[in-house]
Amino acid sequence: MKTTETPAPVPADSGTPVAKTDTRGGPARKEKKKEGGVLNVFSHGMLILWAFMVVMPLLWAVMTSFKDDSAIFNSPWALPDKLHFDNWSRAWTDANMSDYFLNTILVVAGSLIGTLVLGSMAAYVLARFDFPGNRFIYFLFIGGMSFPIMLALVPLFYVVNNMGLLNTIHGLILVYIAYSLPFTVFFLTAFFRTLPTSVAEAAFVDGASHSRTFFQIMLPMAKPGLISVGIFNFLGQWNQYMLPTVLNTDPDKRVLTQGLVQLAASQGYKGDWSGLFAGLVMAMIPVLVAYIIFQRQVVAGLTAGALK
Amino acid sequence: MQHGKYRFIVGFLALPLGLYALFVVWPFIQSIYYSFTDWTGLSPEFKMVGLDNYRRMLDDEIFWKSLQHSLIFALVLPLVTISLALFFSFMINVGGRKRRGGPVVTGVRGSSFYKIVYFFPQVLSIAIVALLFAFAYNPDSGAINSILRGIGLGSVQPLWLGDPSLALWAVMAVLVWSTVGFFVVLFSAGMASIPADLYEAALLDGAGRASTFFRITLPLLWDTVQSGWVYMGILALGAESFAVVQIMTTGPGGPDYSTTVMVLYVYQKAFRDGQAAYATTIGVALLVVTLAFAALVMRLGRRERLEY
Repeated sequence: MKTTETPAPVPADSGTPVAKTDTRGGPARKEKKKEGGVLNVFSHGMLILWAFMVVMPLLWAVMTSFKDDSAIFNSPWALPDKLHFDNWSRAWTDANMSDYFLNTILVVAGSLIGTLVLGSMAAYVLARFDFPGNRFIYFLFIGGMSFPIMLALVPLFYVVNNMGLLNTIHGLILVYIAYSLPFTVFFLTAFFRTLPTSVAEAAFVDGASHSRTFFQIMLPMAKPGLISVGIFNFLGQWNQYMLPTVLNTDPDKRVLTQGLVQLAASQGYKGDWSGLFAGLVMAMIPVLVAYIIFQRQVVAGLTAGALK
Repeated sequence: MQHGKYRFIVGFLALPLGLYALFVVWPFIQSIYYSFTDWTGLSPEFKMVGLDNYRRMLDDEIFWKSLQHSLIFALVLPLVTISLALFFSFMINVGGRKRRGGPVVTGVRGSSFYKIVYFFPQVLSIAIVALLFAFAYNPDSGAINSILRGIGLGSVQPLWLGDPSLALWAVMAVLVWSTVGFFVVLFSAGMASIPADLYEAALLDGAGRASTFFRITLPLLWDTVQSGWVYMGILALGAESFAVVQIMTTGPGGPDYSTTVMVLYVYQKAFRDGQAAYATTIGVALLVVTLAFAALVMRLGRRERLEY
């Protein structure tokens, strides 16, 4: 990484990318190289420093999750004396992490399926059919991407309460779906517009109904788009904190993020910090693994909205 | 194609649109209406009080504090996050040196590694990130102060989240930590679509890194930077700042309301103090601030669109 610090006389390896066509004098070239060297060290330094700053807190959390409580307090950066796996098992059973996981999986599975099915239905109709009100409904959906959710949250609480859906898993699922629709519809409408019309028309001429055409032909064709937007929604719904905090106050129905925050608050009495760190790390693992596996699709899904 | 078309459209739109209208649009409209009432949220009765809530808001010292903090969030966070992300993504995508036989424009060595690592915090729930840093900031046994002790700065042991003048900045640093990676990836995607021959021409003319960045990359990336700016501002005013402030600072809201932001104040008024109508009033103020922010950024950032 430091090869450019010393001015190398070999042109092919030199820092200036224009070495071959550079017809100007030697001194100018040397000067630029020197400036490039300083900048290079600084830039690489910054890149490495930031990578370090991202990774260190995560490593620290993993390390801490294997320590006992006194070690956490007395020497925060020391390596654990031995691997205290009991922290993990204690967090999993005693601190209810297993329940929080189960609740989160139920809520996210239901919401994700619902979001994809309903989102693609709406997007397909909006992208492919001309009817009065089409533009209005489209903008109504995507308008939801930019307004502060908190404003709607107060009346939403009472809407959900009046329907008897407060503190229920299916209530949470319905609300998650509703709040995931703006981005999903936005993304999938653009996607359906790019798919060729000829296949769908051929199917229709062959006597397939509109919904049959959709489920058997268009949906399979839209698979890449569904995967991108699905991963985006998975991350968002798995990590959701504000909606469950307001709509889900029953201790037995808590999702992961809520459960951990509650756990941290109650640790003041119990003092089980090591168990809490084990819980934190446990909650991080599924999303980090999902990200590493589906890295390309995650990036595509997340950037598509902001780039348009 | 006409047969059964409208029945199909209605059938496909009814459910998604219904959910969206019930849980997003309707509460949103309601909240504006409630801001003109004296509704407590605890009983179903309320009456219209005109602009009373708005008058009260203007006299509310804590409201002004929260507004001030939210504005700091909306201005400082995008500035810091986007500057860092622009620097990193330029280095990762363009800052590299030409290697023999390779493409003219390339990132520094290890750029794909940086891109993956930088993105890690983005996939973690903001609630989990906030918990993790709440521990790291702990004045006695936290990771940060113990690093300071380790490098001989034992006399510098800030209270971080307990210090009214530091708490807000400590909380903001966490949001920067968690969002820079997203913008690195976003800007990288934008930079990848800038044609390489523009860079080639600049390099032939002897442009260095700095002028390449300011003359080519930034102008061509301007649209993405601008929408990123709006996106970050909305995050900083909304859900993300709610989670970090609510979880990390004591109170919550920090010592002497030093970290209260508008979203948190809405939440506290509605769900802690039983003043639902007043909460929606602050919510309306938050909506106005968000829209004004977006309009301002769009207006200030307007410039001739570059085609390439």
